[in-house]
Amino acid sequence: MKSLAELQALRDQMKAKVGIREDDSDNIRVVVGMATCGIAAGARPVLAAFTEEVAKRNLQNVTVAQTGCIGICQYEPVVEVFEPGKEKVTYVKMTPEKAVRIVSDHLVNGKPVAEFTKSALK
Amino acid sequence: MYRSTVIVCGGTGCTSSGSLKVIETLEKEIGEAGLAEEVKVIKSGCFGLCALGPIMVVYPEGAFYANMTPDHVKEVVQEHLLKGRIVKHLLYDETVAEEEIKSLDQTNFYQKQLRVALRNCGVIDPENINEYIAYDGYQALGKVLTEMTPEQVIKVIKDSGLRGRGGAGFPTGLKWSFAAANQADQKYVACNADEGDPGAFMDRSVLEGDPHVLIEAMAIAGYAIGANQGYVYVRAEYPIAVERLKIAIGQAREMGLLGKDILGSGFDFDMELRLGAGAFVCGEETALMTSIMGKRGEPRPRPPFPAVSGIFQKPTVLNNVETYANVPRIILNGAEWFNSMGTEKSKGTKVFALGGKINNTGLVEVPMGTTLREIIEEIGGGIPNGKKFKAAQTGGPSGGCIPASHLDIEIDYDNLLAIGSMMGSGGMIVMDEDNCMVDIAKFFLEFTVEESCGKCTPCRIGTKRLYEILDRITKGQGTMEDIPKMKELCHFIKENSLCGLGQTAPNPVLSTLQYFEDEYIAHIQEKRCPAGVCKDLLSFEIVPDLCKGCTLCSRKCPVGAISGTVKNPHVIDQDKCIKCGACIESCKFKAIIKK
Repeated sequence: MKSLAELQALRDQMKAKVGIREDDSDNIRVVVGMATCGIAAGARPVLAAFTEEVAKRNLQNVTVAQTGCIGICQYEPVVEVFEPGKEKVTYVKMTPEKAVRIVSDHLVNGKPVAEFTKSALK
Repeated sequence: MYRSTVIVCGGTGCTSSGSLKVIETLEKEIGEAGLAEEVKVIKSGCFGLCALGPIMVVYPEGAFYANMTPDHVKEVVQEHLLKGRIVKHLLYDETVAEEEIKSLDQTNFYQKQLRVALRNCGVIDPENINEYIAYDGYQALGKVLTEMTPEQVIKVIKDSGLRGRGGAGFPTGLKWSFAAANQADQKYVACNADEGDPGAFMDRSVLEGDPHVLIEAMAIAGYAIGANQGYVYVRAEYPIAVERLKIAIGQAREMGLLGKDILGSGFDFDMELRLGAGAFVCGEETALMTSIMGKRGEPRPRPPFPAVSGIFQKPTVLNNVETYANVPRIILNGAEWFNSMGTEKSKGTKVFALGGKINNTGLVEVPMGTTLREIIEEIGGGIPNGKKFKAAQTGGPSGGCIPASHLDIEIDYDNLLAIGSMMGSGGMIVMDEDNCMVDIAKFFLEFTVEESCGKCTPCRIGTKRLYEILDRITKGQGTMEDIPKMKELCHFIKENSLCGLGQTAPNPVLSTLQYFEDEYIAHIQEKRCPAGVCKDLLSFEIVPDLCKGCTLCSRKCPVGAISGTVKNPHVIDQDKCIKCGACIESCKFKAIIKK
């Protein structure tokens, strides 16, 4: 390493890699249902798509977490997005492709994707 | 990219309670569950809550698992990592409140803490330089080398009000400015990591949990005073710390953060380790430097001070590990940030190693000015078994005992000195009503007698004579003349000893005499140890009315001093009894008493 700029570039790169290790109560939380029903319906690739996409865009204010069964197993994979001070948004029958859309539209631009929510299914 | 990070404590405390086995199981289980690509396992430094080891934290949830075993690990992998269900019954119970899981920062142990020196301990992987860099590591060095002159660096440290954390509390910036002002063809930067106070382990924790902070800070000090060589004097009894420091130095060299022309600035700096062989006196600065030079570790009179003539007679700056651990943060955040914490004359935070009769043994870092009561009752969780607080010993063998009447004292360098104790390196041993203060004084004196290097007479002979008087008193052979005699002897040892070891050795005696003279008098006049510790003044007896004649005590007695027949009261033969206390522990009817 030969300059401070190089060091700073390395820091930014590494910061994205180490992930979140602090109290994250102000963060947007993306929670993926990962009970048996969720996993069977394909929650794992969805979870992976979220973590990858969030890392790629270096969204420091987003926490991707997992949870157990929410109780609507027929709609799995289910993903819920919690924004501080806002009502939660529940996405159903998720796919990795849908996850990418949600990251760009909802997490980055603040517009929930209505067509992926449960109410759109009816 | 990993979706989850599991941090397992690899500090000495958790290692000895089995954290390596936990890590091994964890990696195996994660592999078997097919999660190796999703979950990252990191071995970190100390979290501070050593009493609950091995400790394991799962992020992003921040779930804090305590007292882990390989079986628990399997459960966490299956439930938490695979299915996302936090295993509540394995969490540190303070983090679980009525169906809701609290953040670790909200528990009593961490709530009042402010981590500056320990900020990376328990957060990063100490064996990976990239993790340190991710948490702004080496940015302060970069800032110093590209934007600041050595004078500016010294000014920031001076303005911050940082004082030496090794015990004496000398202003760090001032020390640096002395060394910088002395012209020489060669100067040195050294680090005192010869942490020898019984019960203190904050320096070890920094070395184990965040070794790069020391390298960065020493390089900054080198730039400030014009030195290009550093020495870390670390005790050989800290194998994990030595190992991680070696790895860290290797990685820093490889990345060009140590060596020639660091970050293209033209500044050269490199460092070496020196292992101490376990002498307490080598924590004294002149003895430490003599030892670095390869000679017998004995102190010498000052002046000349190290800033004038230190290692190999060259100007040297010598600071303690915890002092250095504050430096990079001060450079990055500014002097005002640092001096906004603490009291008027003691700025920043201090790490204390809590030990003795306290629920949460471990490491705590609090702003200067936190009261002793907050540390013991709130952070430390109070005294176990409903016992009463008697005193807190700070500063190790150089410090003194603080009685309950001073519990509300705001802890800083000057307040502690004013009540006859000292900050020392930050060991804090809590004592309850079962601790005999004469015995405590004797314990510390025994330590200094053992560790006195013998170079000067007041220390070598004075501490020995002092110990002998204490020994007599604990055996019930003391006289009332012993008390003024001890005070006089303490005075002479303090005034005439060559180095800090002797100058502070009488402190445990003086402070216990000041606050607990009644206990000394009870030993001398009544031949009685009020706390029931000094064996020669005790006798064990069986109360006939309470004894059911179950024979358990007579079977437990290692010397066959208890006789009696089944269902009849037993008797202890006082001539045979060695006062080990095994009978008291075994008796189910509380029929045996200490007198």
